[in-house]
Amino acid sequence: MTQAMAAILPDPSPRPYLDLRGLTKVYASRDGAVRALDQVSVSGARGAFISIVGPSGCGKSTLMMIAAGLMPASSGVVAIDGMQIDRPRTDIGIVFQSPVLLEWRTALGNVMLQAEAKRLDRASAERRARDLLAAVGLAGFEDKYPHELSGGMRQRVSLCRALIHDPPQLLMDEPFGALDALTRDQLVLDLQRLCHERSMSVLFITHSVAEAVFLSDQVIVMTPRPGRIDRLIDIDLPRPRTLAMRESPEFSRYCREILDLFLARGVLREH
Amino acid sequence: MSETEPAVASPPHLDEVEASVERRRAARAARARVSAVLAPTGVVIAVLLLWELGTRAFGVPVFLLPPPTAVVAAMVKHAALLGVASWVTTIEIVLGFGLSIAVGIPLALMIFLWPPFARAVLPLLISSQAMPKVAVAPLLLVWFGFGLAPKVVIAFLIAFFPVVINTAVGLGAIEPEKIYLARSMGLGAWDTFFKIRLPDALPAIFAGLKISITLAVVGAVVGEFVGGDAGLGYLLMVANGSMDTQLLFAGIVGLTILGVALYLLVELAERLAIPRHIISEDKGARGTL
Repeated sequence: MTQAMAAILPDPSPRPYLDLRGLTKVYASRDGAVRALDQVSVSGARGAFISIVGPSGCGKSTLMMIAAGLMPASSGVVAIDGMQIDRPRTDIGIVFQSPVLLEWRTALGNVMLQAEAKRLDRASAERRARDLLAAVGLAGFEDKYPHELSGGMRQRVSLCRALIHDPPQLLMDEPFGALDALTRDQLVLDLQRLCHERSMSVLFITHSVAEAVFLSDQVIVMTPRPGRIDRLIDIDLPRPRTLAMRESPEFSRYCREILDLFLARGVLREH
Repeated sequence: MSETEPAVASPPHLDEVEASVERRRAARAARARVSAVLAPTGVVIAVLLLWELGTRAFGVPVFLLPPPTAVVAAMVKHAALLGVASWVTTIEIVLGFGLSIAVGIPLALMIFLWPPFARAVLPLLISSQAMPKVAVAPLLLVWFGFGLAPKVVIAFLIAFFPVVINTAVGLGAIEPEKIYLARSMGLGAWDTFFKIRLPDALPAIFAGLKISITLAVVGAVVGEFVGGDAGLGYLLMVANGSMDTQLLFAGIVGLTILGVALYLLVELAERLAIPRHIISEDKGARGTL
């Protein structure tokens, strides 16, 4: 590790599980190069829930794609558990904004796709898949096809598919962005419980300040394009977090801090 | 002021409301099913009746427009001839269509997998479609003689284009997230193709096949027109030459039945390959005529 890199990391002492260092991404496009990310470094301990909030176009999704090994960074290093990543990571679970279900497979069949890809034992994987579906309230819907499910149910299936192989890390790109407020609340609570049960590391990308504060150990606030890290905010609220906590002064203070940053950067404007 | 009580004696239970809503829905669905059969049948019968009565009332000569009954009589009289001719034409169509699939789908795969190949071949493919096949038909006779081969080749030339284009477009039209997902699950190239990309493209491929089968019918008939010695197209030419308009109509009816039957077979294959619940979910090319 060079000195410059050591300086970027806030606390390099115990080796972090997730270690993104100095990531820069520039896309070539017809209208010239687009700077998506500029020197972004993120590190998280094993089991940490890290959220990234920022305006549209700040490179949040790009960051997730790079962390998943699905897209190369223009420069910088992606290391997981000390191992540098240069190909798609197959150990993780990934949830996109849209459920990305296969229309010709049932809810159970979609979850089992992950098991088939990993060549897991069929019988035990199916038991796990059914348990997971039941855990997110989809018992009795195992044999339904995606078009027979609501948007929230589809996203739950997508979450189960990401969890069936017990991944050490979950990457989520605005997973609840297209859902109504009530469904969102329920899924946020479900996600909190699932993550707690398996002490999973999560990288969670969202537009929602309240969602980020509610779920996270640390919130990373990003600047508008090109995406840079504006501030790291450690969320020091007791777990498990409850809906009532959203009314607490501490919760409001964290949200206020993030909103103030957006106001200061011109992401939000008050008239 | 409670002298006049509202007329609502007791509000109906939710179960009763549900039952009546369900009854009304079932009645509406039954009516729709009946009219879906009755309406087209009624129109066909009305047209046939008008045709029959019109030709008789105005004394239209049979060689100009034979009444439907005369056409049916001709079909019965020439049943053996029509049967043999239909068989010949069916073989030409099926072989031409089979060749369209056998050549079209691998070609589409190469176009999809190898962009330089696509750039090289697509302009040729498109100009081959702009070129009228009827104009090339005599040349094919010179090359392949008067037998089965030139008809099959013409049917293929007309029918393969929609297979190629729909397959290539269908394979490329997948959401990029599905491919990202496959890669992050560690699905190999083979599995990604057969478990995700191909099933995703099936509705588009079948839309191409359905266009292709109807074009194969046209191709086979064009081939027989130009240089046939058997088949329904040849029969049409002969009937036309001898002013046997009844037989001409019988041949046209035979071709129509043949075309519809083959189309329905392709649709049946689609139903088997893509279960019903996917087709019912409208997604662009998905759906039936």
